[in-house]
Amino acid sequence: MRLTCPLCGPRDRREFYYSGAAVALDRPGAEAPPEAWDDHLHNRDNPAGVTQDLWYHEQGCCSWLKVTRNTVTHEILAVETVGGDSTAGGVA
Amino acid sequence: MRIDGKGRIDRTRPVTFTFDGRAYAGYKGDTLASALIANDVRVVGRSFKYHRPRGILTAGSEEPNALVEIVGPANQTPNTRATVQELFEGLEARSQNRWPSLRFDALEVNDLAAPFLSAGFYYKTFMWPRRFWEGVYEPLIRRAAGLGSLSGRHDAGVYEKAWAHCDLLVIGAGPAGLMAALTAARVGADVILADESSEPGGRLLSDAAEIGDQPAADWVATVLAELASLPNLRLMTRTTVTGAYDDGTFGALERVGLHRRPRPNLPRECFWRIVAKRSVLTAGALERHIAFEDNDRPGVMLASALPAYMNRYGVVPGQRVTLFGNNDGLRGVARSLMAAGVTVAAIIDPREDAPEEPGVTVHKGAQVVRARGRMGLREITVRSGGREFRLETDCLGVSGGWNPTLHLTCHLNGRPRWSDELAAFVPVEGAVPGMLVAGAANGTFSNHGCLAAGAEAARASLAALGRVAGAVDLPQAEDAPYRIAPLWAVPGKGRAWLDFANDVTVKDVGLAAQEGFRSVEHMKRYTTQGMAPDQGKTSNVAALAVLADATGQAIAQTGTTTFRPPYTPVSIAAMGAGGRGEGFAPQRFLTSDQASRDRGAPMIEAGLWYRPGYFPKPGETTWREACDREVRMVRTAVGVTDVSTLGKIDIQGPDAGRFLDFVYTNMFSTLPVGKVRYGLMLREDGHVLDDGTCARLGPDHWLMTTTTAAAGLVMRHLDFVHQAFCAAWQVRFVSVTESWAQFAVAGPLARDLVASALGHAPDLPFMGCVPVTVQGVAGRLFRISFSGEEGYELAVPTRYGEALFRDLTARAETMGGGLYGMEALNVLRIEKGFITHAEIHGRTTAFDIGMEKMISGKKDCIGKAAAARPGLLGAAREQMVGLVPLTDTVLTAGAHLFAQGVELTRDHAAGYVTSVGYSPTLHSHLALGFLQNGRARHGETVRLVDRLRGVDVLCRVSDPVFHDPKGEKLRA
Repeated sequence: MRLTCPLCGPRDRREFYYSGAAVALDRPGAEAPPEAWDDHLHNRDNPAGVTQDLWYHEQGCCSWLKVTRNTVTHEILAVETVGGDSTAGGVA
Repeated sequence: MRIDGKGRIDRTRPVTFTFDGRAYAGYKGDTLASALIANDVRVVGRSFKYHRPRGILTAGSEEPNALVEIVGPANQTPNTRATVQELFEGLEARSQNRWPSLRFDALEVNDLAAPFLSAGFYYKTFMWPRRFWEGVYEPLIRRAAGLGSLSGRHDAGVYEKAWAHCDLLVIGAGPAGLMAALTAARVGADVILADESSEPGGRLLSDAAEIGDQPAADWVATVLAELASLPNLRLMTRTTVTGAYDDGTFGALERVGLHRRPRPNLPRECFWRIVAKRSVLTAGALERHIAFEDNDRPGVMLASALPAYMNRYGVVPGQRVTLFGNNDGLRGVARSLMAAGVTVAAIIDPREDAPEEPGVTVHKGAQVVRARGRMGLREITVRSGGREFRLETDCLGVSGGWNPTLHLTCHLNGRPRWSDELAAFVPVEGAVPGMLVAGAANGTFSNHGCLAAGAEAARASLAALGRVAGAVDLPQAEDAPYRIAPLWAVPGKGRAWLDFANDVTVKDVGLAAQEGFRSVEHMKRYTTQGMAPDQGKTSNVAALAVLADATGQAIAQTGTTTFRPPYTPVSIAAMGAGGRGEGFAPQRFLTSDQASRDRGAPMIEAGLWYRPGYFPKPGETTWREACDREVRMVRTAVGVTDVSTLGKIDIQGPDAGRFLDFVYTNMFSTLPVGKVRYGLMLREDGHVLDDGTCARLGPDHWLMTTTTAAAGLVMRHLDFVHQAFCAAWQVRFVSVTESWAQFAVAGPLARDLVASALGHAPDLPFMGCVPVTVQGVAGRLFRISFSGEEGYELAVPTRYGEALFRDLTARAETMGGGLYGMEALNVLRIEKGFITHAEIHGRTTAFDIGMEKMISGKKDCIGKAAAARPGLLGAAREQMVGLVPLTDTVLTAGAHLFAQGVELTRDHAAGYVTSVGYSPTLHSHLALGFLQNGRARHGETVRLVDRLRGVDVLCRVSDPVFHDPKGEKLRA
């Protein structure tokens, strides 16, 4: 398996650290109800088909990447940095 | 028997080898199988279950019978196919699965007991008594059934792994593969041509065919000469492509040194990972057997093996050959043998309309119903037109037709399609993205068809890469149609073998169907058909056909089992090459490493790091003596230890303080420059991730330390939090763990030692930090402590680490102090109740370790919301406590805690022990652990039980801080 890192180009999967569903990006606000945190922390889909998960280019540029892939065909459909440009993110 | 003038062996280079201890002669270029045939050795192994004598069946890697042990100086390799193993001087081979000898095997009684050993017998026979399974039945079965044996010693052989990339990978160098490689390589494409054999050419080397106007082998030589002149083509011989994986990645096993006399540093095998933009599968086809009574007798072989042995190795396995088959291919075999002077007694063809063959008697509409000759074929019984007659023969070549070698097309879930015309499964298009299948692997069996399909597949592959391949002239070649009438098993009463390797008969498959195992996957598991090292390459399709017949289905409906990687066995040693011993993981060494080893310190692994356990002194006989001394030394004088393994992350930017507030539970943005604060980090689920100190070096400059264990984890976490949640903040950070060497100086004399090293007394309050000059080198001084004594940590750039370490050690020793290691460091921190990852092991919360007040109410932080979840707080939680045994007893981490008087069952366990040590300061063994509602139970007595190590002792529950609870020494 290879991922095309937006910064480094196509790289072997051994350069990456896998870290589960991309749901982890959608952090509920501090005042969100417990159900929202439960979904954020624990509840995961297990789709046969397109899924999004997080990979860390640990042996490369240290970017966290959101990978869109198909669990059935193993196609990699998209790889994006989670930080996007410097305007992304939103705790502030 | 050798045939003069035939074969590609080098008759000027004789080679001697041994088989079962007896010396034989062969030639360079022989396989072990061809050399055994040359020496008229007929029985080469015993079958798996019934211990029947077996001979060589094939001339290729699909061989089910001729499995041997190869004994080398550094290893013993079982289940080696004699048909693949090339001969070298001194080769030592042994037959398998026989006792005491190959000719007389006591376990052949199994063959007489065959009526009781049918399919699934072990599921039925060994059901009771239940407890006998592990102790009696299984060892017995394992002894009786089974193939080769291992030496039981460490395999000292050298293995390698390697990666390769190319435009086009061509798998198999027969007519189609050679043509594909030539077509692509001529226009400059980066081509890898991989072939399993020692010599490329495939069946062109085995058949007596002609290509153009020359013998096929000459045409192969011409093509190879051209390929060798093209720098963009890499030819990999002795390389089996074993698996197809995602994104055009293939696994391949190269036999680098298995054909040579072993010598040091000669790799045995290399496991390749080949990444190809496109691939062409030209792996050819495998001939299959026909089942009839005792069709496993030595001397019964696949028909195609006969010309292969004759034309490649100059040997024939018999003097009076008969042929039995359901397709026209046998005619070529007969012609080839007769041309070399071998007698072909008859062709037995079940087809009523079978073609004649000049010079041979063809029995049309006939079948071989029985073979005789336990240690070597003597005669066959033929049934023709309702009458039976016997034919004397010492070698029967059988052809039940051909199966395209499509295994790789199934590795990504592709399912082959049944072709009635070919009576075989053929690959479906697009089964492996980027792969085309051509030639016999695709059901095109004529030489002309293979050449044309190979060229076309290369052209199409290059076109997909945007390259144009020129037209290649196709040489003239045989283009006969493939005609076959399916015949899988000859009806009869005796045992007719399908899977030779696992001893599966036609009856076994029928029995499986009768007992309800009607799906092909169930039949396979019930009978073990296709589950041996050969994976049923010569037997799967016939077994399937027999099952289809037994269940009244068509073969197309019955389907086939799943082919999975690897295509042929791959040694784990090759896949894991380089990963053994010190190659298993990188090693990280401290700048003080050599100095520590010089003092005799045993090194302890801490993640990838190696840290000194203790520094033994003359007269000390146990680690405890050294450890106790080092602890007392720190408590009474001064100790020095290397703490460079702790993670160090340099954080800079105007938003750095804000970022730290977000990742730590407590407030950092308010910390003044020149101060250090202890911080606690949570995971988003509310459990503790890590702890450590963070120093403010300047208004926008911070230095975070992490635990040794979690340094990588924390870096990854910081990157995630920053990139996912606050990418716009002006903060950047980088790991500087390896840029700084850092030494802890602890004890009542710590200040004096630091003063001596710096040349002036450090005027630094507890939790302060300051830039310093250490003998001319810019460094940093922190006043922090992990021992509970007055403590400093002095950091210098790594290149000065060893010098500073030796300097501090020498100074400490003049003051009555010295070095301390990990053991003492651990005791010191247990005495103080300081936590490590033994305590923050991933299931504990800030509440559990008594730090819930460190979660600031003034701000959000990672893990804050979840830390307040019901269930993560309160009396039901196991809370950190100290434990002091009431009697002088060694405590063990991992022990369980129980209230006094309760039954010692799991549901009564009220906690567990995480860290233990002997405190020379308090003259007692001590432990840290977690106990339900523990903070309210100080002073109570609990029972500490470790059944694995036989510990059962009453302990007093205490505050985890055993020593200097007010921290007066720390702040002195």
